Amino acid sequence: MFAFIIRRALQAIGVLLAVGIISFAMFRFAGDPVNQIVSLDTPAAEREQVRRSLGLDDAVPVQFARYLGQAVRGEFGVSYQFRQPVSDLLAERMPATLELALCATLFATGFGVLMGVYSGLKRDSLLAKVFQTISLIGISLPTFLIGILLIYLFAVTLGWLPSYGRGDTVRLGWWSTGLLTTSGLKALILPSITLGLFQMTLIMRIVRAEMLEVLRTDYIKFARARGLTTRAIHFGHALKNTLVPVITIVGLQFGSVIAFAIITETVFQWPGMGLLFVQAVQNVDIPIMAAYLMLVALIFVVINLAVDILYTIVDPRLRTSIRQPA
Amino acid sequence: MADAIQAAPAPHTAPTTWAGRFFDSDVWASFKRSKLTMAAALLTALFMASAILAGILSPQDPFDPAQLELMNSRLPPIWDAEGQMPFMLGTDEQGRDILSAILYGLRISLTVGILGVAFSATLGITLGLVAGYIGGTVDAIIMRIADVQLTFPAILIALLVDGVVKSVLGGQLDEMTTLSVLVFSIGLSFWVQYARTVRGSVMVEKNKDYIAAARLIGLPAPVIMLRHVLPNVLGPVLVIATINLALAIITEATLSFLGTGMPETMPSIGTLIRIGNNYLFSGEWWIVAFPGIALAVLVLAINLLGDWLRDALNPKLR
Amino acid sequence: MTQPVLSVRDLRVEFVTRRGILKAIDGISFDIGKGEVLGVVGESGAGKSVTGSAVVGLIDPPGRIAGGEIWLSGMRIDNLPPEEMRRVRGKRIGMIFQDPLTSLNPLYRVSEQLIETIRTHTNLSASGARKRAIDLLAEVGIPAPERRIDSYPHEFSGGMRQRVVIALALCAEPELIIADEPTTALDVSVQAQIISLLKRLGREHGTAIMLVTHDMGVIAETADRVAVMYAGRIAEIGPVRDVVQNPLHPYAKGLMGAIPSLESDANRLVQIPGSMPRLSAIPPGCPFNPRCPYVFDRCRVERPEPIQHSEHRVACHLYDQSPVRSEAVA
Repeated sequence: MFAFIIRRALQAIGVLLAVGIISFAMFRFAGDPVNQIVSLDTPAAEREQVRRSLGLDDAVPVQFARYLGQAVRGEFGVSYQFRQPVSDLLAERMPATLELALCATLFATGFGVLMGVYSGLKRDSLLAKVFQTISLIGISLPTFLIGILLIYLFAVTLGWLPSYGRGDTVRLGWWSTGLLTTSGLKALILPSITLGLFQMTLIMRIVRAEMLEVLRTDYIKFARARGLTTRAIHFGHALKNTLVPVITIVGLQFGSVIAFAIITETVFQWPGMGLLFVQAVQNVDIPIMAAYLMLVALIFVVINLAVDILYTIVDPRLRTSIRQPA
Repeated sequence: MADAIQAAPAPHTAPTTWAGRFFDSDVWASFKRSKLTMAAALLTALFMASAILAGILSPQDPFDPAQLELMNSRLPPIWDAEGQMPFMLGTDEQGRDILSAILYGLRISLTVGILGVAFSATLGITLGLVAGYIGGTVDAIIMRIADVQLTFPAILIALLVDGVVKSVLGGQLDEMTTLSVLVFSIGLSFWVQYARTVRGSVMVEKNKDYIAAARLIGLPAPVIMLRHVLPNVLGPVLVIATINLALAIITEATLSFLGTGMPETMPSIGTLIRIGNNYLFSGEWWIVAFPGIALAVLVLAINLLGDWLRDALNPKLR
Repeated sequence: MTQPVLSVRDLRVEFVTRRGILKAIDGISFDIGKGEVLGVVGESGAGKSVTGSAVVGLIDPPGRIAGGEIWLSGMRIDNLPPEEMRRVRGKRIGMIFQDPLTSLNPLYRVSEQLIETIRTHTNLSASGARKRAIDLLAEVGIPAPERRIDSYPHEFSGGMRQRVVIALALCAEPELIIADEPTTALDVSVQAQIISLLKRLGREHGTAIMLVTHDMGVIAETADRVAVMYAGRIAEIGPVRDVVQNPLHPYAKGLMGAIPSLESDANRLVQIPGSMPRLSAIPPGCPFNPRCPYVFDRCRVERPEPIQHSEHRVACHLYDQSPVRSEAVA
């Protein structure tokens, strides 16, 4: 098992390196790092001096090594638009995005599993068909349209919930949270639904398919032959077995949720990393784009690793098969 | 039990022409059986037709400032008491007819979507063929890139590519360049699935005897293989392309909505929604609602077609 | 005669399909007494497993019990409401399936699965149930059960897993055990152990056993009586020694000819020509008639009813002495 995790960790580092190369290429060649320091009307001689002082005359591998070294320390250069260190900007925006992604994932998992189990057990019922329709719409509607629709319904027409921003936040050290105030929680509802709807339909479809699959297995038939109650069979035996793929999906999708937050954050003017990234793309602020890419890659990789480890906890078969390779 | 229930296949002669084979196939039979699919196909065709005929169908050319009059700005749809002909779905703040804008916007959205899919399919099929045929390091590199890319959502890739290309090109871009950049970034975000499918098929074909035979007698093996591989992957590629068309349209709309896509001077559906979104609070709901509905219905119809095509071509998956 | 543990009367099971109704079981009757082992043999698709599923009430749609009665120790169980039938399953009828690899839920420890079953059917406390679970594992021959009980299914070998499955079937001391191909998926060396275990348990507890298998060797070794099934009907039923040594039904004769025997000097196995008809294409009259070497006109028209012939009951016109019936054909 230990060897397995080491192997996965090495793969993860490989992915990070690959993304690092792309990120470096963007930072160095698509954007001109000199622009971080000087303004556009600086004379050429002065620019050349800055160029040399930044080490841009060194061999490219040397520059790459330096870039990676700085990235590991969390230094990603200075934003063209804000004239601030990118790391400060990202750190300031990160709590908003993570809280949003977490709430969206909780919403998606909770409702997705419930709806999936229901439509797996009662596949021909009216409600199951309603769920199927919702899932088709959830997959077809672009995220930003869902957001606009929700804003129009709950913010503009009904006036129940705020249409933009995080509401009041409380600072806990460097982390600013909206989870501790009423307005903060209210502000989370619409963005979380918008962001989570796609994952919810995905989870629902998977749980339903898995549930149907598991209910056909021999051990479920044997459980019925042993006279266990329907409840124990459905929720003890069948559900636990469907949860293995759900964990993977929820885990792997968490990265996507963070990336998709770009859209949701723009619709709701949510002050997170996604909004920062969109503004960076609009204004061709390369250092922010490069740093955001590295950060998202890091989150993806860490989550993938966590899912692998979680897998072995849920499924005892993997524990031994990993210990003694077949 | 299953084998006991199977019926013997009916005696049947296969038609030889392409069209004959198509209308004789299970695919066509399953199409005729599903009313929902037929409706989706009809809708998709309708959208395509109205995009092509936008110039004839629209009461106004929304790109011609001379035809816009501020007097006509912010008119509601005609079923509202204040509505005016010919602005059936109302107008925006510049007096632009919403219906005309949607028709022209559809043209842009569909163009970007179809070109994006064509680009990604070409790129993916080529890379898949190369990876599968050459194998070794080239294969490893291409598929590793595919793996890494697949962990990121397409929209993120498209945004990044979009940003980088704009930075390289520098300055303000004209409409056609912007459109090309969009096609390029969408193409780069969706090639992986094609490459994987084609590569798998090439791996299977590569070891077959006819390839060895072709090599022996000095025929160009890649060309011959292509002739065998392409028919095998045609079905899956078609399914991927249909589903990806919906995704590409959504991606374009999203990029335009985020403000990194088509400019207001040549709006796609996504741009229209971004413009309309600003008027949500002042009560002019129609400026955003109709483009939104158009986009949703178009994507839903293509998705339904894609779902049906997937099921029809892979009966095993049902 | 004492009351049989299981009594099946004229049982019919149908599957409703798009192409019409398929008769998987077409009017079978048999009894199993206390402590008796009834072997049920036949080719795959003959209806053996469906009979077992029908008895425990686990026929899933589109299948359904279309007629007949099933009695368990004097209580009719084929028409019980689902919840009451559930209480019968596992408590009064234990079931063992073919593949021990897939019969156990891979995500739960053996102890959890045993205790869950025991507590579903008895009033034992958690610790009492655990003690009983350990006793059960010891009884089915699992070494060091106190230690092994908390293992996961995949940590046992195939044979050991089948022992666990048997322990699960025994949880509530059932009157009847239905073993559906219990040895088919096991290594040959393990098969004998499982068979002797089943035999011993049946003897010690007085449990009636319905042993479904396509392996005549297993039946010959284990069963007291044997029922030979063909195309959803019982062709012949009788004491195992008689049926093996002196089969009456032409199909049974063919089947017995297919058992390799060390004593017999025949060096070729007899084969029955042809194959069993599909359920959708069962011929009229006797379903075996297209393959039967002794076929005569009546077999193609009239369905043979089981008739008593010495200690056997056999459904074959060859043994029908009544002149009235033969006239009916002519």
